[in-house]
Amino acid sequence: MYDSKPVITGIVIFLVIFTYPLWSNVGSASTPPKPDAKPALEYAKKANLPETCVMGKDYMRTSHMVLLDNWRDHVVRQQDRIFVVEDENGKTVAQYKISLTSECMKCHSNKKTFCDSCHNYMAISPYCWDCHLEPKEVK
Amino acid sequence: MTWDRRKFLKVTGIGAAVGLSAGWQLLKPGALEAAELETKYVKNPSGIPLSAGGRWGMAIDITKLDDKSCSAAVEACTKQHNVPQYLDEDGRPIKQEIKWIWETEFGHAFTEKENQYIPGDVMHSKVLALCNHCVNPPCVRVCPTQATFQRADGIVMMDMHRCIGCRFCMAACPYGSRSFNFKDPRAAYFNQKDPETGKPRLDEVTSEYPTRTKGVVEKCNFCAELLAIGQMPACVQAAPGVLFFGDMADAGSDVRRALSDRYSIRRKPSLGTEPQVFYLI
Repeated sequence: MYDSKPVITGIVIFLVIFTYPLWSNVGSASTPPKPDAKPALEYAKKANLPETCVMGKDYMRTSHMVLLDNWRDHVVRQQDRIFVVEDENGKTVAQYKISLTSECMKCHSNKKTFCDSCHNYMAISPYCWDCHLEPKEVK
Repeated sequence: MTWDRRKFLKVTGIGAAVGLSAGWQLLKPGALEAAELETKYVKNPSGIPLSAGGRWGMAIDITKLDDKSCSAAVEACTKQHNVPQYLDEDGRPIKQEIKWIWETEFGHAFTEKENQYIPGDVMHSKVLALCNHCVNPPCVRVCPTQATFQRADGIVMMDMHRCIGCRFCMAACPYGSRSFNFKDPRAAYFNQKDPETGKPRLDEVTSEYPTRTKGVVEKCNFCAELLAIGQMPACVQAAPGVLFFGDMADAGSDVRRALSDRYSIRRKPSLGTEPQVFYLI
């Protein structure tokens, strides 16, 4: 192999520079937030609301934005203001007023730990709060 | 069985069309997640009932309107809907003011006059103006996104989530009932300190109703959010005996009784928009 010294040195330098973003960030990834369900349950008890959320936990984790989008259309455009929660047998467990600020936030009362922690982690900034007002925290 | 080219193309073509259309439905973001929600909605049972085919309407007794009832109605609305009050240093509304219900003069509100010899005190007398919730709303016809639409109960509603701020509706409305948010109401008003209390105004507003954002049009919604929970509109509650509200199809409703006792007029009737706000004179 001709000129092996400068070629190999060049390849090594290239690889070091090329992979710099990978190895320089090792270990510095932020840990995913874990919203705690316990305070929500306490607030639910205080506000006289049932322990079941409007949909299952898995659904809410992946699709709460779909639910909120669906809610706003139903409230503003179709005047449906109550959301019915049923158990597996189709029995009504709870009825929720459809409102982000005056129903969701009754239990999930801390916007910082509940909404913002995940949204910040995912680096998304939904514009809900440009108009909707965060209720004063229930003590 | 042998397939010639013609048959092969036919079968694969049809197959591709079916597959694409089914796939398109699945690919629509959120369609599947939203589908399971659709059966779970009900109307609020405590909402004020409306007779079949009925629509909401209002009557304003302008002979009884005075400073007190006017400002009470306007204030109640402002508070209910977090309407910013943009004022200049002298306390007068600036050009970018946001109006839901506002005080004006008879001569300004009623421009179609029979003659020019109407007494001055009549022309300058107080009138409350608001969205007329027309039967034939021109604003709804021009809205390109259906952000403003007419509900079955006659209320001409705004969906702020859809408004793109084109202001066609403002050009179309013959009554000037619509206001555009040239500024962000949070930054320009609610985050500002109240000169009286020294605290940001946001501390005192209700979180039950959202504020708006820069670049949307807003207007009176006949307090649809209060009707849904069984209450009369805020202005009607604030000025009892002056403002009447109810079902236009029910002859026994407050508004219809007020209208059957007295002669009433409407703003710009010749346009054919059929306003549902009546003025008792």
